[in-house]
Amino acid sequence: MHTESNTAVRDAAPPPARDHDPGLGEVEAGLDRLQTTQEKPRRRLDSVLIPLGTVAALLSIWQLAAWAGSPREDLFPGPVQVLGVAGELLADGRLTEAVATSLNRGLLGFLLALAIGTPAGLLLASSTTLRRGIGPLVSGLQVLPSVAWVPAAIIWFGLTDATVFFVVVMGATPSIINGFLSGVDHVPPQYRRLGTVLGAGRLQQLTRIVLPAALPGYLAGLKQGWAFSWRSLMAAEIIAVGGSIGFGLGSLLQQGRELSLLAVVVAAILAILLVGIVVELLVFGPIERRLLRRRGLTPGSTR
Amino acid sequence: MSIIIESLGKDYGAAPVLEDISTTIEDGEFVAVLGASGCGKSTLLNVIAGLEPPSAGSVTVPEAGAALMFQDAALLPWLTARANIELALELRGLGRAERRERAEELLRLVHLGDAGGKRPHELSGGMRQRASLARALGQDRPILLMDEPFAALDAITRELLHDELERLWELHRRTVVFVTHNVREAVRLGQRILLLSSRPGRIAAEWRIDPGVRRDPAEAAVLTRTITERLREEIRQHAY
Repeated sequence: MHTESNTAVRDAAPPPARDHDPGLGEVEAGLDRLQTTQEKPRRRLDSVLIPLGTVAALLSIWQLAAWAGSPREDLFPGPVQVLGVAGELLADGRLTEAVATSLNRGLLGFLLALAIGTPAGLLLASSTTLRRGIGPLVSGLQVLPSVAWVPAAIIWFGLTDATVFFVVVMGATPSIINGFLSGVDHVPPQYRRLGTVLGAGRLQQLTRIVLPAALPGYLAGLKQGWAFSWRSLMAAEIIAVGGSIGFGLGSLLQQGRELSLLAVVVAAILAILLVGIVVELLVFGPIERRLLRRRGLTPGSTR
Repeated sequence: MSIIIESLGKDYGAAPVLEDISTTIEDGEFVAVLGASGCGKSTLLNVIAGLEPPSAGSVTVPEAGAALMFQDAALLPWLTARANIELALELRGLGRAERRERAEELLRLVHLGDAGGKRPHELSGGMRQRASLARALGQDRPILLMDEPFAALDAITRELLHDELERLWELHRRTVVFVTHNVREAVRLGQRILLLSSRPGRIAAEWRIDPGVRRDPAEAAVLTRTITERLREEIRQHAY
């Protein structure tokens, strides 16, 4: 048999050392090819068509319900009526102004929370004492609805933008701090050991191992922080109207309520929802997908 | 540059994990440490690596220290294979240009010349372990400690990596302490085999292996059987 003669030849003249085996690299290359899979191309069209189809279906159901179920348009406006009102609000500039004002304040407040929450998270992560002392307080603040701060803020700052920013920062910062901490907590101990073995000092351990490893958790905290910013902002804008506070989406909502114009209220709700979706789709979604995919994680898949 | 271990003991408060271990590992020697579960193999490596202090006795290691290779490759998932290796070089204090060059060299050395830009999840298990080996070599320490580095690989890949490791060892002649629970692997690679007993881990037996024996399948098989029998004898003592 072929294999036997092969063995016999080898036995007759054993190679002096294996490092002269010229085939080793090739065998490895072959095995590497066999053991790695090519990445499948992503289906882009599906990721656009499916959400759009869902929205169309929901709008149809809503419209059908409005036609069939409600005799009074002022109590249950359908999408056609709401979109019409939204068109009017756009035309007279109120909706544009409201979205611009709110988005501007929301982003600014979020950045402020980011600038406070990140160093605070770093501080809490690096000191056990601080973490023990302040950690529960931060978790508590995260649970506290930030709308509870509105009355106090109005007393302190009056009806100014400072009130709005204060409420937003109080709402978003705890989430960012906790996201950072949970990111650091979930760093596999193996990575830290590796850092020690590679001879990393304390600072290097932090910047080269722990912080990059904690990034997904931190990003999740930022996402939640943004959600809290946006929600807190709406709460503040609904309650605190007038003074030097500009006209935001919350103010539009409140205006619709006072005039009993349900179509305006629903249009404002849709605008608030839409801003949330757009920020997720354009800002956090791509960053998160890129971050996870680079680490070999598949976002949004249970398979 | 040898490792001198003198009546080393290690415990975590309760029962001792390692007890009265004494041996000298010569410069450039390849020692396989063999034992069943609970023999403190990994603890021994951690103590040699300086990650944990000994509870009794002493371990003398060259000042330049030891590189450690883990059972799972422990590559950082956010870095490419090349960047993983470069990180080890950076923490060693090498400059940017030198890092780049040396990393390419190391990648070629483990036959990963084309895979440097890939991230760990895009590599197969064998490729990851080779990248991890390249990183350990990049640390440029006189001692290389390996903690069951091939245990999780399939048989084909494992045997290939045995050849690879042997080739690199003959090339660089680092001192290697290779921990395994695989008798054939120990016979295949080690110049010397230390068999540890379990709970506590002591040196139960020791074999020196002639290179001729290692490369002769028949003789290696006989030795493998002898050592396996001895290992089972150790394990049998824990039956009651």
